[in-house]
Amino acid sequence: MPEPSLPQPQEPEGAIAGTGTGAAMDLAAAEAATVGAAEAGPPAGRPRSLWSDAWHDLRRNPVFVVSALVICFLVVIALWPSLIAPGNPLHCDLARAQDGPSPGHPFGYDGQGCDVYTRTVHGARASVTVGVCATAGVAVLGSVLGGLAGYVGGFWDALLSRITDVFFAVPVVLGGLVLLSVVTSSTVWPVVGFLVLLGWPQISRIARGAVVTAKQHDYVQAARALGASGPRILLRHIAPNAVAPVIVVATIALGTFIALEATLSYLGVGLKPPSVSWGIQISAASPYVRNAPHALLWPAGALAVTVLAFIMLGDAVRDALDPKLR
Amino acid sequence: MGRYVVRRLLQMIPVFVGATALLFVMVNVMGDPVAGLCGERACDTATAAQLKQEFGLDQPLWRQYATYMSNVFTGDFGTAFNGRPVLELMASAFPVTVRLTLVAVVFEIVVGVTLGVLTGLRRGRPVDTAVLLATLVVISVPTFVTGLLLQLLLGVRWGWIRPSVPPQAPLDQLILPGLVLASVSLAYVTRLTRTSLAENRRADYVRTAVAKGLPRRRVVVRHLLRNSLIPVVTFIGTDVGALMGGAIVTERIFNIHGVGYQLYQGILRQNTQTVVGFVTVLVLVFLIANLLVDLLYAVLDPRIRYA
Amino acid sequence: MRAPARVVWAAGAVAAVLPLAACGSGAGVPGGSVLSASWGDPQNPLEPANTNEVQGGKVLDMIFRGLKRYNPRTGKAENMLAEKIETTDARTYTITVKPGWRFSNGEPVTARSFVDAWNYGASLKNKQRNAYFFGYIEGYDKVHPARGPQTADTLSGLKVTGERTFTVRLSQPFSSFPDTLGYAAFAPLPRMFFTDHKAWLDKPVGNGPYRIESYTKGAQMYLKKWDAYPGPDKARNDGVTLLVYTDSNTAYTDVLAGNLDLVDDIPATQLKNVRKDLDGRYINTPAGLLQTLAFPFWDPAWNTEGARKVRIGLSMAIDRETITRTLFRGTRTPATDWTSPVLGTAGGYQAGLCGRACTYRPAEAKRLVQEGGGLPGGQVRITYNADSGSHKEWVDAVCNSINNALGDDHACVGNPVGTFADFRNRIAQHRMTGPFRAGWQMDYPLIQNFLQPLYYTDASSNDGKWSNATFDRLVDQANAARDQATAIRLFQQAERVVRDEMAAIPLWYQNGSAGYSDRLHDVALNPFSVPVYDEITVG
Repeated sequence: MPEPSLPQPQEPEGAIAGTGTGAAMDLAAAEAATVGAAEAGPPAGRPRSLWSDAWHDLRRNPVFVVSALVICFLVVIALWPSLIAPGNPLHCDLARAQDGPSPGHPFGYDGQGCDVYTRTVHGARASVTVGVCATAGVAVLGSVLGGLAGYVGGFWDALLSRITDVFFAVPVVLGGLVLLSVVTSSTVWPVVGFLVLLGWPQISRIARGAVVTAKQHDYVQAARALGASGPRILLRHIAPNAVAPVIVVATIALGTFIALEATLSYLGVGLKPPSVSWGIQISAASPYVRNAPHALLWPAGALAVTVLAFIMLGDAVRDALDPKLR
Repeated sequence: MGRYVVRRLLQMIPVFVGATALLFVMVNVMGDPVAGLCGERACDTATAAQLKQEFGLDQPLWRQYATYMSNVFTGDFGTAFNGRPVLELMASAFPVTVRLTLVAVVFEIVVGVTLGVLTGLRRGRPVDTAVLLATLVVISVPTFVTGLLLQLLLGVRWGWIRPSVPPQAPLDQLILPGLVLASVSLAYVTRLTRTSLAENRRADYVRTAVAKGLPRRRVVVRHLLRNSLIPVVTFIGTDVGALMGGAIVTERIFNIHGVGYQLYQGILRQNTQTVVGFVTVLVLVFLIANLLVDLLYAVLDPRIRYA
Repeated sequence: MRAPARVVWAAGAVAAVLPLAACGSGAGVPGGSVLSASWGDPQNPLEPANTNEVQGGKVLDMIFRGLKRYNPRTGKAENMLAEKIETTDARTYTITVKPGWRFSNGEPVTARSFVDAWNYGASLKNKQRNAYFFGYIEGYDKVHPARGPQTADTLSGLKVTGERTFTVRLSQPFSSFPDTLGYAAFAPLPRMFFTDHKAWLDKPVGNGPYRIESYTKGAQMYLKKWDAYPGPDKARNDGVTLLVYTDSNTAYTDVLAGNLDLVDDIPATQLKNVRKDLDGRYINTPAGLLQTLAFPFWDPAWNTEGARKVRIGLSMAIDRETITRTLFRGTRTPATDWTSPVLGTAGGYQAGLCGRACTYRPAEAKRLVQEGGGLPGGQVRITYNADSGSHKEWVDAVCNSINNALGDDHACVGNPVGTFADFRNRIAQHRMTGPFRAGWQMDYPLIQNFLQPLYYTDASSNDGKWSNATFDRLVDQANAARDQATAIRLFQQAERVVRDEMAAIPLWYQNGSAGYSDRLHDVALNPFSVPVYDEITVG
């Protein structure tokens, strides 16, 4: 699939016969008019890079500060849950199953008679680790591979895209049963590894799409014309403009990964019992939502707050990276 | 472009072979499926041997694969453990699932993009916050719960819908299941559209278009939206296959006998022929969806071109 | 039943696309006195000797009648097609078929209908999952050898001696044999089954009170009342539509919404609401189903005198009362023996046989486990398959109970296995290292069926490979006994051996449960937890 490495900026509209609509012409004309004026890329000698600019902005953004604080809090809870929940998350008394809140047990009891508060706090470790690590892994692996495929194009793009096709094809249930059932480790890492293996193709395709678009932009062409090196173009010009969809998908995926961990546990191949996690709590409480909604509410709420913090963080980072907002 | 499409179609062959081989190995790694066929007792050895022979499980893996592939080319996808031909299972499951997926994708496009545009143009306003909250609910509450509650409310309490979808699964009965199935993807589509739109709002061609005095609506739909849709289209492209094969929970709740259910059963019963047959079709769906997405890139952004 | 009014949709955009859901009858509720009932897709082809699960069994129970039938209420085996079954030595039986019985295609039911069917079921080449049911009949080792090719097509122990009589010779005395003949595998088959097998499979033909009118595989089956049915138990409704549900919760919801008449498996999650939801149209009937924990006796750590104490200790650490009340809401009752209450005291059931060992005694449990040398490996892992049933919940509850009793949070953990086949393979390959889930649904209501297949040396369902010479001897004696009372007494003695050794921990007896619409009356479940469809009246 040889794509032209340098599409001629003079005739951008008529690539595919019949698609050069009026609007496209308008656009092309408009863009052609502004080439070189606004977006020729930052001058080579500028003291601060886009990335350090972004950091400068972020520190002053209240949304970023608040979400960062929430995330710090989650990390502290995950590391030392007993700080705020001294109880034993494994102690359950079936006689209290589904009971509502009582003194010392503000969130009530779940279907096995375990304290929902203690388990929600103690569940943070597994869930936050799974969510954050899997998302980070997927985002890095996916955007690097997808970004390179989109940028290099040709044979490598075709190869990588077809590999992602095969990966997409393997059902989660099958992959989980095959790959995770042989694992005996009782840590979260096999689950994280599996989620990364499973999730990267999607980010990869998103990143590829974003890079394919971004590399057509005039400032990229300009930078190239000015003799910038490949890696430099990719990192300084394309990446900041392609990162937005990756951030969006990754922050939402964080939540779905935490939930997916429970699916794997449900299949008997996730975290080994007697693990405690939000996902496991949510999936155990779900069928009983009619009778004991509180057992679902709290872990789901914790999951929602975590996802919210990361969505806000992602939003703030994206804004900070957008040169057009300056 | 014709050559490009032909080339992409030709690439399906190695993907097809690779995917089927991979699946064959994976299902076989799970172990001997015959042990699960006799209920809560061991099959007697003679019957087990006969069953293995019937399903070709007594052959080495490569030979099973070779036999399977040669049968596939004559249109024989093998037999499921309950004695029904896999082709028959596919013929009853795929039409239903295709309709369900269609409904879900329509929701993603219509509702997702609309909400994305609204929130993208009104960042930080109440509508943006409301959609964000809805997104959080959709992510943190399992579809199982939303599906169940909607089913109880709309199906039993208010009697607007049938709680279960009849076997023929007409389109109008699939609206609620389609919405439930699409819910998580809706969150993705909405936020992707919103972010992309917000990013492109300040692009020069939009400023130019506004400066030219074009009506706001035309600027949004023809210039802004069109250029913002690439990540959205990419996402939906990757989602189609996932919706088709992974609607296990939705299909269960609404009693839809579709691909998700058959595939799940096939995997749990370690029925190679069912799994490989169904997934093979799904791989083709992925390939075609991704091809369409790549072609759409060029439509949405004329600067992208394929030789 | 459905409000045909405007549908206001949350997302307004689709409201326009939404055609008004047509009111009136959908596919779910046929008119007349035909009822609709929940069903599951049978896992095997619907041949009588090939059906080993309850969903296929439902259909067979409606379209077939065998020599005997188990009374839906008492479970007692009563003559149905059998006029008489005679023997002098508990080994050779002469069976006479009642005159006047026909298949629904008009063919008369003769002695040959049975002999052909049994020969088909036993023959190795037909790959019938339940072939071992014919294992008592002489010549089985020829038509179904454990290895090597079969050397005969028919059982030498079966002989047609007249239009309506045939003889069965068993390979050893088995006094309860006539009472096993109510099992579906022993049903008669019409000629068409052999001459046009495919057509038969598409639309099975039998001799029961219903005949199959239409069958859409994987979706639904319509069974119509067979008006010319010659038996005494004619259907009291016009027919039954069985609708396939992949989740019993959906079926339950459909009953609530009035789209379905009968759901025969109330999901555990709805048990708390069921009486209110259905306004008392809910039944909960004992069934011949016992859940136990089996042990890997091939593992030396579990096969010592100390381990015996540990097993009894574990049994005492399980609070059956609270678990059955809280998790199962009375649809299971704590087990106190190794059979089932559906046998009745006359049939061999002994309430309280297990005694102290099956009551919750945390202190004694802890002491016994310590005396027995502690838990093998320091922890018990209860293995179960995660893919069917909600085993996780009760395993977790059992573990919590054990942990609380022993005062150790890590004394017991659940060990889920992904698929049922994998679970069975671990048993077959002796890869279990601790207790594992075992359940037994009786094939026929005899104490023999609860003991011999499960605890006799190398028996087909003796998953833990428990072996005890005294037990084996008592079972042999019981089978050879000339009269039922002696047989039952000997089986009960054998059961005491199981108790003393705690060969498996009995957990609870499982009930069948069902909910139904207000159109139905006289709904009942038989001891196999299958609805007695022919007795249901509609309207």
